[in-house]
Amino acid sequence: MGSMIKSWLSGAIGLSDDNALARGFQDPRIRGWIMQAAVLLLAALGIFELVQNTVLNLQKANIASGFGFLENPAGFAINFSLIDYSAQSDFLRAFFVGVLNTLLVAVLGILLATLIGFSVGIARLSPNWLVARLAGFFIETLRNIPLLLQLFFWYFVVLQLLPSQAESLTPGGGIFLNNRGLFVPRILWEAGTFAPFCVALFASLVLGFFARKRFAFEGWKVLGIAVLPPLLLLLVLGWPLSLDMPVLEGFGFQGGISLIPEFIALLLALSIYTGAFVAENVRSGVQAVPKGQVEAAKALGLPSGLIMRKIILPQAMRVIVPPLTSQYLNLTKNSSLAVAIAYPDLVLVFANTALSQVGQAVEIIAMTMAVYLLISLGTSLFMNWYNARLALKERGTA
Amino acid sequence: METYVKTRRHPALPAPSRQTGLIGWMRRNLFSSAGNTITTLVCAAIIALTVPPFFNWAVLDAVWYASDGSLCRAEGAGACWAFVEAKFGQFIYGRYPAEEIWRPNLILLLFFLNLAAVLTPRMPYKGWLAATLLFIFPMFAWGVLHGGKFGLSVVETSDWGGLLLTLVIALSGILASLPLGILLALGRRSKLPVIRTLSVLFIEFWRGVPLVTVLFMASVMLPLFLPEGVTFDLLLRAIIGVALFASAYMAEVVRGGLQAVPSGQYEAAKALGLSYWQMMGLIVLPQALRVVIPGIVNTFIGLFKDTTLVLIIGLFDFLGIIRANFTDANWASPNTAATGYVFAAFVFWMFCFAMSRYSLYMEKQLSQGERR
Repeated sequence: MGSMIKSWLSGAIGLSDDNALARGFQDPRIRGWIMQAAVLLLAALGIFELVQNTVLNLQKANIASGFGFLENPAGFAINFSLIDYSAQSDFLRAFFVGVLNTLLVAVLGILLATLIGFSVGIARLSPNWLVARLAGFFIETLRNIPLLLQLFFWYFVVLQLLPSQAESLTPGGGIFLNNRGLFVPRILWEAGTFAPFCVALFASLVLGFFARKRFAFEGWKVLGIAVLPPLLLLLVLGWPLSLDMPVLEGFGFQGGISLIPEFIALLLALSIYTGAFVAENVRSGVQAVPKGQVEAAKALGLPSGLIMRKIILPQAMRVIVPPLTSQYLNLTKNSSLAVAIAYPDLVLVFANTALSQVGQAVEIIAMTMAVYLLISLGTSLFMNWYNARLALKERGTA
Repeated sequence: METYVKTRRHPALPAPSRQTGLIGWMRRNLFSSAGNTITTLVCAAIIALTVPPFFNWAVLDAVWYASDGSLCRAEGAGACWAFVEAKFGQFIYGRYPAEEIWRPNLILLLFFLNLAAVLTPRMPYKGWLAATLLFIFPMFAWGVLHGGKFGLSVVETSDWGGLLLTLVIALSGILASLPLGILLALGRRSKLPVIRTLSVLFIEFWRGVPLVTVLFMASVMLPLFLPEGVTFDLLLRAIIGVALFASAYMAEVVRGGLQAVPSGQYEAAKALGLSYWQMMGLIVLPQALRVVIPGIVNTFIGLFKDTTLVLIIGLFDFLGIIRANFTDANWASPNTAATGYVFAAFVFWMFCFAMSRYSLYMEKQLSQGERR
C-alpha cells in the first residue's frame, strides 16, 4: 500500500526512478545548475570571441599592447597640475596628474554641493514665502537643464564677461579674478615647520573628537580644543608663515596659487547642478520627520535653529544619506565632462590626449574606467559605513 | 420694562485689517519676525538686481527679426533671437535633407501617438501597443529615417542632427534598456548564484563608470571588439553605449519595484504551480512595473539630459548643432552664444519639466489605492 502511494505520487509530480535524465530536468535545483552552466559557457564564449577579435584587430592595425608605454615620456604639457609635471614626464605621471585633478574638483565639488544643497533644501521649506519660492525656482530650473549645457554656459558666457588681467576684479587681500582665472595667495611655511603643525593639528582634532564623544562637549568648546593647540604651536614657533602674493608682472600674474577658468567653471557647474538635486533630497528627508517631533520640540521651548540642528536634521539624515551617496557618486562621474571645456582631468589627460598619442585604446580606457570604479566603490563603502552608523538602532539589531 | 439684553446675536466684526487680505498675508508670510524681514528684503534685492537686466536682454533689447547678425552686433543689443529663427530648421533636423523632412516628422508623430496610447489609463489592447512600441516601431523608424527601403532615398546617419538626433538616441536608449534592465533586475534577485553574480557585476560596472568614458569606449574600443568586416556607424555605437549604460540604472529601478511586491504574491504564485516565468510575467512584473513608472520616467529624464554628451564624440545633437552654428561668421556677435545656450536650456527645461510633472502625476495616481 505504502509503496503504491509513493510510486503514484512520484509519477504525478513527474519523478520516475528509472529515468534519471528526466528526473534531473524536472528538479528545479538541477535545472538551475544546468541553466547557470549554460549562461556561464555563453558568457565565456562571448568574452573569448571579443578578446580574439580585439587581438586580431590590434595585430592588423599594428598597435602594441601591454603597459610598457607608461614609462615613455608623455610629450604634452598640462596647464594645471597638483604635482610636478612637464612634457618630459612619463605617461604614468600624466595619469596621476589627471587622477589628482579629477579628485580635486570632485572633493571640492562635493563640499560645495552639500553646502548649497542643504541651504537651498532648508530654504525650500522656509515659512518665508519669498525664500521658499526662490529656492523652488532654483531647484526646478537647474535640475531640468543638462549639466553639459550649464557647464558651457558658465565657461563660454559667464566667465567670458570677466575683465582682462590688467583690470582684474579684486576684493583686496591679494585675491584677483579675471579671464585667466582666480589668483589667491599661497601660504609659505618656514622649512621644517609644516610637519609638526600637521601632527599638532591631527592630534588636537582627535582630542576634539574624543571630547565630543566622551564628555559630550559641543560647538565652540570642540572647536576650541581642535583649533587652539595648533595655533599655540604656531605662536611658540614664532609664526613661521608668510604669504606668497600673486603679483601682475608683464603679461601675467606671478606667485600665489592660480586656478584656471576651466576649473572654476567646472566646479561651479558641478556643485550648483548637484546642489539642486541634494536640495530635493534634503527637502524630502526633512519632510519625512514626523510632525510630532517638531511640535514636541516647540513645546519644550527650543528655538527654531536648535530644533533644526538637534531634532530635525539628525532624524532627516537617515533618509537623506542613501540618495546623497548616489549624488556624490554622480558628481564624481560627471566631473568627466571636464573634457568638453578642456579642464585637464583624468579623461582629458589620459583617455583623450594620451590615447591619441599612444593609440592603445584598450589599456587606456580600462585604466580610466578602473579609476572611476575604485572611486565609486570607495565612496559607496564609506557612505554605507556612515549610513550604518546613523541608522536607527532597533531592538535585536544592536 | 426695558432691558438691555441683546436678543439677537451681534453680527461678527470683520477681522482686523492687519490680519486679512494682502497686508495680513504679507505679515504672516514675509515679515513675521525681524530675521524674516531681513531675509525677505535680501531676496527682493536679489530679484531686483537680476530679473530686470535679464528681461531687458531677453525681451526689450533683443533682436527679433533680422536677416543677418549685423543688428545683433550693434552696441547695446540683447538676445539675438533672429539667429534661432534663421537656424531653426537645422536645430531640429540637423543636416537632414529639406525635401525629406516629412520622414522624421511622420516618425515623431507616429511615435507620440503610440506613446500617448500606451500612457492613457485604461486603454484597450495596451499590451499589444506597448509591444509594438518596444519591438516593431524602432525597426520601422530606422527603415523610414535611414531609407534604402520602400523606395526611399538613403539619408546617412551623419546627416541626422539636432533635436531629431537627441530624441533618436534618448528614445532608442530607453526602449532598448527597458527589456535589458528587467532581465538584469530579475537576474540580480535570482537565487542562482552564477546568474546573480553576473548581473551584479554587469550592473555595478556600468553604474560605476561615467557616461563620457562609455561613449569613448563605444567610439574607439567597440570597433576593436567586432570581427573583421563588421562595422557599426558612430550613431549606432553611441546608442549601444547609451543603452548599456541606461540598462544598469533601469535594472536598479525595476529591482526597487520587485522588492515592493509583497512576498505573499510570490508564494501564492508558487502555490498555484506557476513556473518561474509565469510567476514573474503574470503576477510579479505587472505589479512591480506599475510601481516603478515614475522611476522609469526619471531615468528617462536623466538619459535625455545625458544625450548631450554625444557631442563630445562628434555627433551633432541638439546642443551640438547649436554650438556648431556659433561659428557661422554671418551671425557672429557677442550675444549669439548666450542666445543659443538660453534657447537650448529652455527647450531642454520644457521637456524635462513636463516629464517630471507626468512622473509626479503618475505617482499620485498609483498611490491612490493606498490612500485612505
